[in-house]
Formats: sequence, structure tokens, C-alpha cells
Amino acid sequence: MLGKLSFSAIPLDVPILVGTFLGVAVIGLAVLGAVTYYGKWGYLWREWLTTVDHKRLAVMYIILAIVMLFRGFADAIMMRTQLALAYNGNPGYLPPHHYDQVFSAHGTIMIFFMAMAFMTGLMNLVVPLQIGARDVAFPFLNSLSFYMTLVGALLINISLFIGEFAQCGWLVYPPLSEMQFSPGVGVDYYIWAVQIAGVGTLLTGVNFFTTIVKMRAPGMGWMQMPVFTWTAFCTTVLIMASFPVLTVTLALLSLDRYLGMHFFTNDAGGNVMLYVSMIWTWGHPEVYILVLPAFGVFSEVTATFSKKPLFGYNTMVYATCSIMVLSFVVWVHHFFTMGAGANVNTFFGIMTMIIAVPTGVKIYNWLFTMYKGRVEFTAPMYWTLGFMITFSIGGMTGVMLAMPAADWILHNSLFLIAHFHNVIIGGVYFGYIAGMGFWFPKAFGFKLNEAWGKRAFWCWFVGFYLAFVPLYILGLEGMTRRMNHYDNPDWYPWMLVAEAGAIVIACGIVCQLTQLYVSIRDRNLPENLDLTGDPWNGRTLEWSISSPPPAYNFAVIPDIHGLDTFHTEKQLGLKAHGKPLAPIHMPKNTSAGVFIGLFSFIFGFASVWYIWWLAAIGLIGIVATMILRSANRDVDYYVPVSEIEHNEEVYSRRIAAAQAAE
Amino acid sequence: MAQAHTDHDGSHGSYSAYLIGFVLAVILTVASFAAVMAHVLPPSMTIAVLTFLAIVQIVVHLVFFLHLNTSREQSWNLMCFIFAAATVIVIIGGTLFIMHDTAINMMSR
Repeated sequence: MLGKLSFSAIPLDVPILVGTFLGVAVIGLAVLGAVTYYGKWGYLWREWLTTVDHKRLAVMYIILAIVMLFRGFADAIMMRTQLALAYNGNPGYLPPHHYDQVFSAHGTIMIFFMAMAFMTGLMNLVVPLQIGARDVAFPFLNSLSFYMTLVGALLINISLFIGEFAQCGWLVYPPLSEMQFSPGVGVDYYIWAVQIAGVGTLLTGVNFFTTIVKMRAPGMGWMQMPVFTWTAFCTTVLIMASFPVLTVTLALLSLDRYLGMHFFTNDAGGNVMLYVSMIWTWGHPEVYILVLPAFGVFSEVTATFSKKPLFGYNTMVYATCSIMVLSFVVWVHHFFTMGAGANVNTFFGIMTMIIAVPTGVKIYNWLFTMYKGRVEFTAPMYWTLGFMITFSIGGMTGVMLAMPAADWILHNSLFLIAHFHNVIIGGVYFGYIAGMGFWFPKAFGFKLNEAWGKRAFWCWFVGFYLAFVPLYILGLEGMTRRMNHYDNPDWYPWMLVAEAGAIVIACGIVCQLTQLYVSIRDRNLPENLDLTGDPWNGRTLEWSISSPPPAYNFAVIPDIHGLDTFHTEKQLGLKAHGKPLAPIHMPKNTSAGVFIGLFSFIFGFASVWYIWWLAAIGLIGIVATMILRSANRDVDYYVPVSEIEHNEEVYSRRIAAAQAAE
Repeated sequence: MAQAHTDHDGSHGSYSAYLIGFVLAVILTVASFAAVMAHVLPPSMTIAVLTFLAIVQIVVHLVFFLHLNTSREQSWNLMCFIFAAATVIVIIGGTLFIMHDTAINMMSR
């Protein structure tokens, strides 16, 4: 009746998990209680959970990303603490079975549910505003994508308290992930969480690709698009081209596990190496999916705070596009040691080194943008500068690893771990946080606190080097990744330094939380309020409307005459379009996304535990909701002119108030 | 939202185009079956002929049924198709290159 699920699946014997469960339960109940106490359920349901507004979905994505950051970071600091203790006969406090789940969950959560969710959130908030669109091309699919991502995140976190998580790394390599060696439900949790979230990501890719191709404001040609939109565009292309590969690879692995097939098993004609090649065919474009939008953020931040147009807009676009194409021909550098001959390794090694060229072009473009600019050192600019230094170092160690001969020594050592954290923290994470600080006033109408933002930056910056430079050294000394305990006395001091670094990063996260708290508390102070909608003297269209923007974004769709039209018009003192207002066609909110998400969760959970009748219910629920949604013709409405006029008037009054205050 | 509904571009094909496409598809299908059932060619040649006929079949479907052509309205579809085809070739070709080389190098086959 309940498949593999029994009471013994609940890990009551692991005190860490029981404590975590109590903590999560207390916080969860407190949140639910607060919503009930203040009578906000109706508000939450109508305005947020059922919304199809890209700006609100963006906020929900980023909240999910921040929650997942806590989870992923908790895993990280547990690993560092284990390795600071488990030396010379001390087993540490995490037995291997638990430790292996921790490092697998850390990677999976940080990539799929922290970084991907954050990236999608930023794209949701910014892309439609930058191209002068009123929503994305498929607003309902946008809501559905969010719920698919959320369900994936829920499944992976439920595995903490019911059953177990995978113990074979964040990419679950077979044969270890096959039934023979991983008979538990850990790998199944991984498969279903990633597959369901993958559906959401793929839909997001299609949605934003269509939005950017079809919905740009009149006059905005390809070379008039803001750089962030360009990077988002290339990211959507990469998503559409690479995520199907992940889906197929994991589907083949699940056929092995569920139906006893032999795609990747040791015996009966399976080929383990094919899995490694296929998963990295997706995996390498994936890192560019994450980092390209971060490059876009840095471009916007650098240009705005240097008070200059971006240096080399054209080369920036070409560099982004060449990274997009090149990212598909480098994947072997993740497994140079697998046994391919010199031809294969040389080809992919050289391609990997070539990809450093467009990235270098970008770094120089940002430097030349700052050159002779009047650089304003805000917190987003701090993250950008920190990125330029950190990412350059990460890029150089990447070129070292691109040499097959060197990779044979460094493969799967802590040097590799240090390298990819160097580019993912220094590139992706710094970029997203810079973007969050930069666009926060657009989403909420008030700025984030600068002082706490800078404190957070310094903690992350210093903490990063403390935590990961020792890992480079340890890698060169021969320490491999995913090690549970060791007895080499040379390694021990470095592991202590790395632990100290993790603690400094923890301080950085605390600073970021404080920053959010302080900013919300002081939101009505005049220096924090964003009355004009243009707090940074911005260059692109999103700064031409009020903060937060109305649901329809633009009362009148702007005409574009070139790059940074908004900034040019501001300089020339041009104002007021003077075009007549017309009723605006908008999508209605829908609960279909919530219900498809709910049924997907049931389906995923039931499939993990082999509860097939429940899986069938989930699947039927998904299809039925889809049919009901398709049959519903009442999906749109018109915003009347009177309402638009009213909003415009309020906005004009706020601008007048801001000007009077100056 | 509003813009997304304004342009329904691209033709949906004429009656004669569908007819030509259908006849071509039937001829190619019959030719494929004939190539296998007639036993006139050695197996390796049969596979080569089948592959060729399959590729032509794909092109016929694309042109006559999916209306892919070089006209201006279709430029996006054509470009996406070419990009997708190129990516698929890189992924499959690359994987074959890697796996073949690995198998030889490791003497696993």
C-alpha cells in the first residue's frame, strides 16, 4: 500500500536531523501562525500564490533562492567542521553515510535551487522591464515554472526527514547510483527533484526566448537591447539546447533503476562512461547558463555607477554569443582522466582555453567602462569589483585545469573544488547579489541599506579567500574531494583555516539578513525611498517607470531610438510621450500553477517511494488541471484607462515630491 | 501580452503543396521498404540508402508540412532549426568521437 515507505524511514536516530526538523517545524508554524493571525491568507493567495505577474514571481523565486542558500550553506559549514575535526583517528561528528548525503545535497541544492532560482528570479524581474514589455510571452507558464522549481526544492528537502538523500555526489554518477550500489531512495529523490525542476527551467527558457524575440518595444533592434537582456537571451538558448540532454540522461538512469534496464550498469552491455559524457554535455552549458546573466548584471552595474555608457557594447554582445556557442564544445574537460586518447583531450583542452578569450574581453570591457568614469562605490559596485579580482583568479586556475596533463594531477582534488567555487561564488553569487542590490528598489520602492551591504561584501570576500585558498594548496598537496577523514598532519592546519573562512562567510550571510531587516525597518526614511523610480540615474528602460511598477509595467509602450534611449532622452530633457492612453490587455491570475505543482509533488514523492496508486493520482491530477486550464476561456482582462490615469497621476506626484525635496 | 497576439505570420500552405508533400513522402516510404525487402543490395549499402532516404524524408516534411523555407517570415524558424540541428550534430558527433576514442584507447571493445 505504501510502497517502500515505512515508519523506519524517518531518521529518529540522527540527532542533527531531529534538531533540524524541530527548527524547521517551529519556524514553519511561526510563519503559518503569523499569516493566520494577521488574516493574510486571502491576500497571499490572491496577490502572490496565484499571480502571473513576472515581478511577483521574481520575488518568490529569489525568496526560494535565499532559503535554499541557507540550506546549502548549512551543508557547507557542516562539511568544513567535519574536516576540521576528523583528523588523526578522530572520526568527526558526521559518519560517512550522513557526510556523503551532505556533500551531494550541497551541490544539488546550490546549483539547481539556489543559483538557478536566483537567476530565473532576476530574469523575471528585469527582462520584460528592460525590453518595454508588459509581461512575458506566456504568463501562465511562468507561474507553472515557478511551482515546478518549488516542488523540486520541496522534494529534496523532504528527503532530510523522510528517507535519505543520494550519497553519490551532485551528479549521481553510475555505477554507484545504480540499484546494485544505491538500493535506497536517495538517488530517486535526486532524480525526481531534478527532473521536475528541470521541466520548470525548460519552460522558463522557452518563455523568455519568445519574450525577447517577440515582445521588444518598437524600434528596439537586436543591437539596441540592454546587455542584461542579451545575456538572458543567450542563457535561454543554452537552456533550450542543454536541458533536454539532462532530462534524457536522468530518464535513462531511472529506467535502469526502476525497470532493471542496462544503460549505465557495469554488466549486460551498460556503459558507465556514456553517462559521464552525457551529464557533462548538459553540465558544462549549465555553468554558462548561471554565469552569463551574472555578466549581464555586472555590465549594467558598472555602466550605471561609472556614469558612462558600457565600453564596447558590440564586443560584449559578440563575446556573450561566442561563449554561448563555445560552451557546447568543451565538456570533456570535466573528465580528461576517463581514458580518452590524446586526440579527444587535446581538442577539448584547446577549446576550453579558447573560451577564456571572450571572457577576458568582458573583463577588459568592464575595466575600460570604469576608466575615467566617476565611479560611485555603492554595494553593488563593491560586489562587481570583488568579482573582477576573484573571477580572474578562478579563470586562470580554470585554464590550468584545461591542460589535460595538469588535469591528470589535479582531477577530483580539492584544487578543482577551489576552482569551481572560485568562479561560482566569485562570478555567479557575487553577480546575483549585486543584481539584487541594484534592482531591489525597482521591485519594492526602497533601497537596500548600503552599510550592511558593504559589511556583507567584506565578510564574503575575505571569507571566500580564507575558505578556498587553503583548498588550492591542499589540492596541490594531493588531498582529494569528498573525503570523510584523513591522517596527514600537513593538511590539518589548512583545514582549520578553511573552517575559519566558512565562519567568516557565515558572518557575511548574517550581515545580508541584517541588511534586509534594517532596510525594511527604515524603508520610509527619505534617503531610502525611491520616489522617482530612477534611484541610480539608470540607463535602461526599467528605470523609466515607477518603483514598484504597476502590474502592466508601461502605461504607454515606449519608442526606442537607439541604445540607452531612456538615458539619452533624460540627458536631452525630453519628457512625456504624449501618446493617448488605451485600455491594457492583461492576463488574469490563475491557481492552475499551484494545483499542477501540488499534483507534481504527489507524483514525485509517490514515485520515489514506489507508491504507484498515489503516483497515478498525481499524474491524473496534473493532466486534469491542464485540461481544465485549457478549457478556461476567461483568462484575460482589460485595465481601464481611468485606472492607468490614476496610477500615472500618483507617479507624477511622487516625482514632484522628490524634486521638491531636492 | 498585447504584442504577443498581434502577428500570426507564416502561411499554412496550399492544397497542392500538401499533395506534393504527401506524394513525395509516400514515394520515399515505399522506396525505403523496397530497399529492404528487395534484397538487391548488401546490408551496409541498404543502411546507407535508408539513412539517405530518411534525411530526404525529414526535409520533405519540414518543407511541405511544417512550411520551413527561406522567406522573411520564416527566418526565425529557419535559424532556430539550423541552430538546433547544429547543436544536435555537435552533441551526438562529439559523444561518438569521445566514446569511440575512449573505447579504442582503453581497449574496452
